[in-house]
Amino acid sequence: MSDLKITIDGKVVNVKPGTTVLEAAKMVGVEIPTLCHLDLHDTKMVNQAASCRICVVEIEGRKNLAPACATPVTDGMVINTRSVRVLNARKVVLELLLSDHPKDCLVCEKSGNCELQDIAIRFGIRDITIGKDGAQSTYRKDESKAIVRDMDKCIMCRRCETMCNKVQSVGALSGINRGFNAVVAPAFEVDLVDSVCTHCGQCVAVCPTGALCEKEHTWDVVKHLANKDKVVVVQTAPAVRVALGEEFGMEPGTIVTGKMVAALRRLGFDYVFDTDFAADVTIMEEGSELIDRLTKFKNGDKDVKLPILTSCCPAWVNFVESQFPDLLDVPSTAKSPQQMFGAIAKNYFAEKLNIPRENMVVVSIMPCLAKKYEASREEFNNDVDISISTRELAHLIRQANIDFAKLPEEDFDNPLGESTGASVIFGTTGGVIEAAVRTAYELITGETLGKVDFEDLRGFEGVRHATVKVGDMDLNIGIAHGLSNARDLLNEVRNGNPRNFHAIEIMACPGGCIGGGGQPYHHGNTEILKKRQAAIYQEDKNKPIRKSHENPFVQELYKEYFGKPMSHKAHELLHTHYEAKDRV
Amino acid sequence: MSKYTMHILVCGGTGCLSSQSNEIVNELETYIKEANMQDTVQILKTGCFGFCEKGPVVKILPDNTFYVQVKPEDAKELVQEHIVKGRKVERLLYVDPANQKSISDSKHMDFYKKQMRVALRNCGFIDPNNIEEYIARDGYQALGMALNMDQQAVIDEVKRSGLRGRGGGGFPTGLKWEFAYKNKSDEKYVVCNADEGDPGAFMDRSILEGDPHSIVEAMAICGYAIGAKKGLVYIRAEYPLAVQRLENAILSAREYGLLGENILGSGFSFDIDIKFGAGAFVCGEETALIHSMEGMRGEPTTKPPFPAESGYWGKPTNVNNVETFANIPVIFLKGADWFASIGTEKSKGTKVFALAGKINNVGLIEVPMGITLREVIYDIGGGIKGGKKFKAVQTGGPSGGCLTEKDLDTPIDFDNLIAKGSMMGSGGMIVMDEDDCMPAVAKFYLEFTEEESCGKCTPCRVGTKRLLEILDKITKGKGTIQDIDTLKELSEIIKDTALCGLGQTAPNPILSTLKVFEDEYVAHVKDKKCPAGQCSALLQYRITDKCIGCTACSRVCPVNAITGKVKEKHEIDQAKCIKCGACMEKCKFAAIVKE
Repeated sequence: MSDLKITIDGKVVNVKPGTTVLEAAKMVGVEIPTLCHLDLHDTKMVNQAASCRICVVEIEGRKNLAPACATPVTDGMVINTRSVRVLNARKVVLELLLSDHPKDCLVCEKSGNCELQDIAIRFGIRDITIGKDGAQSTYRKDESKAIVRDMDKCIMCRRCETMCNKVQSVGALSGINRGFNAVVAPAFEVDLVDSVCTHCGQCVAVCPTGALCEKEHTWDVVKHLANKDKVVVVQTAPAVRVALGEEFGMEPGTIVTGKMVAALRRLGFDYVFDTDFAADVTIMEEGSELIDRLTKFKNGDKDVKLPILTSCCPAWVNFVESQFPDLLDVPSTAKSPQQMFGAIAKNYFAEKLNIPRENMVVVSIMPCLAKKYEASREEFNNDVDISISTRELAHLIRQANIDFAKLPEEDFDNPLGESTGASVIFGTTGGVIEAAVRTAYELITGETLGKVDFEDLRGFEGVRHATVKVGDMDLNIGIAHGLSNARDLLNEVRNGNPRNFHAIEIMACPGGCIGGGGQPYHHGNTEILKKRQAAIYQEDKNKPIRKSHENPFVQELYKEYFGKPMSHKAHELLHTHYEAKDRV
Repeated sequence: MSKYTMHILVCGGTGCLSSQSNEIVNELETYIKEANMQDTVQILKTGCFGFCEKGPVVKILPDNTFYVQVKPEDAKELVQEHIVKGRKVERLLYVDPANQKSISDSKHMDFYKKQMRVALRNCGFIDPNNIEEYIARDGYQALGMALNMDQQAVIDEVKRSGLRGRGGGGFPTGLKWEFAYKNKSDEKYVVCNADEGDPGAFMDRSILEGDPHSIVEAMAICGYAIGAKKGLVYIRAEYPLAVQRLENAILSAREYGLLGENILGSGFSFDIDIKFGAGAFVCGEETALIHSMEGMRGEPTTKPPFPAESGYWGKPTNVNNVETFANIPVIFLKGADWFASIGTEKSKGTKVFALAGKINNVGLIEVPMGITLREVIYDIGGGIKGGKKFKAVQTGGPSGGCLTEKDLDTPIDFDNLIAKGSMMGSGGMIVMDEDDCMPAVAKFYLEFTEEESCGKCTPCRVGTKRLLEILDKITKGKGTIQDIDTLKELSEIIKDTALCGLGQTAPNPILSTLKVFEDEYVAHVKDKKCPAGQCSALLQYRITDKCIGCTACSRVCPVNAITGKVKEKHEIDQAKCIKCGACMEKCKFAAIVKE
């Protein structure tokens, strides 16, 4: 179809059919304010609820104002985005929203990151003239181990609902009640913890206000740091180092590993270690499990479960437990790197230091909110005491008067701070499986890999597949990020695995951990995720060792402590089991 | 019907049923049997006669005798006198309030004289549970005719009739069908919107209860025209009788081969399912209705896309209201030209209204478009109750507005009502008299829309709440002049920015009452007075010198607010008084006044 000619604020522009007024306006430099609208291009999430009515514009020939975000242009359309009628309507609509919103910005977690606050500033609101003393809609607070729901602050933009249902296919959140009391909540208003919520935190990542936030644990960390009797150990996940800089005004994709280590040391952690070390161990365990299953399969064992599914992602584990209870024997039994680290620290390292495990506190810095939930799981025995998000770490650094930009680059402590490039790429979609392939290839074939980069496994597509030649075998690999994509692959596995996958990597969050629910807010700018991803691969390239099994400290750990991967001791400390969870 | 010589039609609408019409039928059957006349006299439970004010209604054919307010204990006399001896039971006949003379034939009653029954043509005439009675009145003939035409010709006939949607919007029905027809798809749907939700409205319910086959037939015609094989009726679960009769109609239509595969040998297949709604007002909005049918939250989405492009499960869907469908078979039977000859230039045919409020003849009426409000209220409605003064009439339900004395001679049609600041709506018509306070009326409607808002968009979710809060302040005497300005401004902005029709029209009751009765609002905020004497917060009960000290008032007062010695004038403690009015009712000497 040919282009449509439209006029926006007097400027003529030609646009493709299907373009919205909002998009067309952007082309001529007109930034129409939006609030509920969110277009995460690469994850195919578009929240087009058109519910806030902030983006209304005047269209010639139409009786009412129209929402720019959800109105496709038609040929010859004449649009006015800043008439007095429009400006007045927008201001009143915003005042209505504010009239039913708590005014506790000073103590709100989202303050500074709140899109409602931004828009109030942009509109120069100084007073609320309508409904100033009007009723406030209030709801019961709901706190899970990972997420706090304070629906008094909900503006019914429905982004969380779209994310939870469309992108994640979890279905924990939906609109309930009518009129003034309408709100987004789990079915029957049960607590999140009793719902099918996976605690992935993507709802928090897209919530424009303080209605959805992480469960904060920074002061628990501070209290432990102040306690002289405790040895406080910190581990940092791979995706944190490529995002933390954003909190301090740095360009997205800036690698701040060294400064992060320096900051943690200044905060008073006794040992600054790296979750990446545990990621290398994960590859040893998970990779060995894969080789074991493949060998059995090749030898004609009919009962062996293939494909093997990665198990690093805690939201994904929650998803399987509540939504695919019949497939619980498919994921690898290997614990996630966070929990492997906890187990290694509180056993191997505590023994090394000759202190009782009770005297050690393990703190994890994670790009993730589900990690908070994972750490609290009973079967993990408090191996990780506290998990805080990238954002919470930034809060801690700011509170401690640390000028992050001026910090020197420092190295992790040993032995649990050494890691390979393979472990770094755990932070992005496709990374875990690439790391596993690097190791599995060499262990199976006995040959050294010529090229460690497996480009076929990289990218941003929601579901990817690739075949990798390992010796005489074609290894079929599937990759999914975003839980609805994961659901598609799981349904495939449930229906007999027609594509013959041997291994599947799944990450709950779009983009993998770089887009985790605990990362600095991206405010809908998906380019940020791509820059973080590029940084991850850069960090991998920078590493002298890029294959997990070559990590000298991992080799030492097996020699000194576990014997070999999947040994009895490794099973005891590094593997777990899954349980079906019956939830609403 | 041939073997019977007499028929007793008993109204089986929901209103009359709740006034024991089932018991009346039972009693009649007993006495007919006793008189051994069961082979010649047929007793039928029909749909609504419309004259609900005087229900339960019993009509005897062939002499067309119309009995009103019949009780089960009247059955014996009706049978023994009228049926057996041929003598009319005078005391049960309708009495014309104008001259106190009784009228036996409903044709001569003012209530029916100016009515024209098209959509309600079978209501009150046939047994809705018997398909043969529908067929006997040319039922399913229109379907046969349509199946012999090509699809475009069917659509053209509907277009030519000028029929516009009766659900409230007034969109041309034929055009809507054409959109759905032109969108190519492997699957399409016909949906009947039976989610009638205006307070006091029961047009659709009465049609489904009294003539369900007309809907089944019309949906099949529509299915053929647009190329749909599947029809769905979205009906509120609170309409159990309508549901039961519709289910019955669908079953018997299937039995008779009028639904299902290869209807009447035409090769066209069509069937209908019923989907239940939970009674949310907003689900009458077609996109919300479709979401509700899909099992989603019943809330609207922005149009476009219109259901004709992407409706039920993303397929082209045509949604029409019950009354719209009820007109379809007649258009084919009598021709589009005949239909287009009724009504005004741009509004053809008739409209069913549920007449309610301070009017003598409350009930369901059907009138040709173009009739004036005056005719409806004074001729058909019998004027204002208790001889009070007419003040306003609310049309269009909570989305509509108030029309006043000066609008009474406006011919009723879609465009005129909008021009006057109200709307046709689905057909609610509530008459108000001098005792009705307009800010209180606006508040009543806002209470409704505020509660029925789905809560999706800001202007409706928060805006209607704020409007209601201001109205509450005003009716309690706590309002300011500024509040009236805010009401106006906010109302206009909600109209301009809300997502769906519910929100866009929610401020209408405020704007239309403000337009004519602003002085009443001003009296509330400035003088702290309610001119109509309805807002209890602004009232005072006072004992005048007429009091003889009988103590009756002080004894009836539930809060002991009245004191005084026997044979001496009593006093009301205003601080204690809850303004229940019990004292005024009790006083035999008109010594208590409300001001």
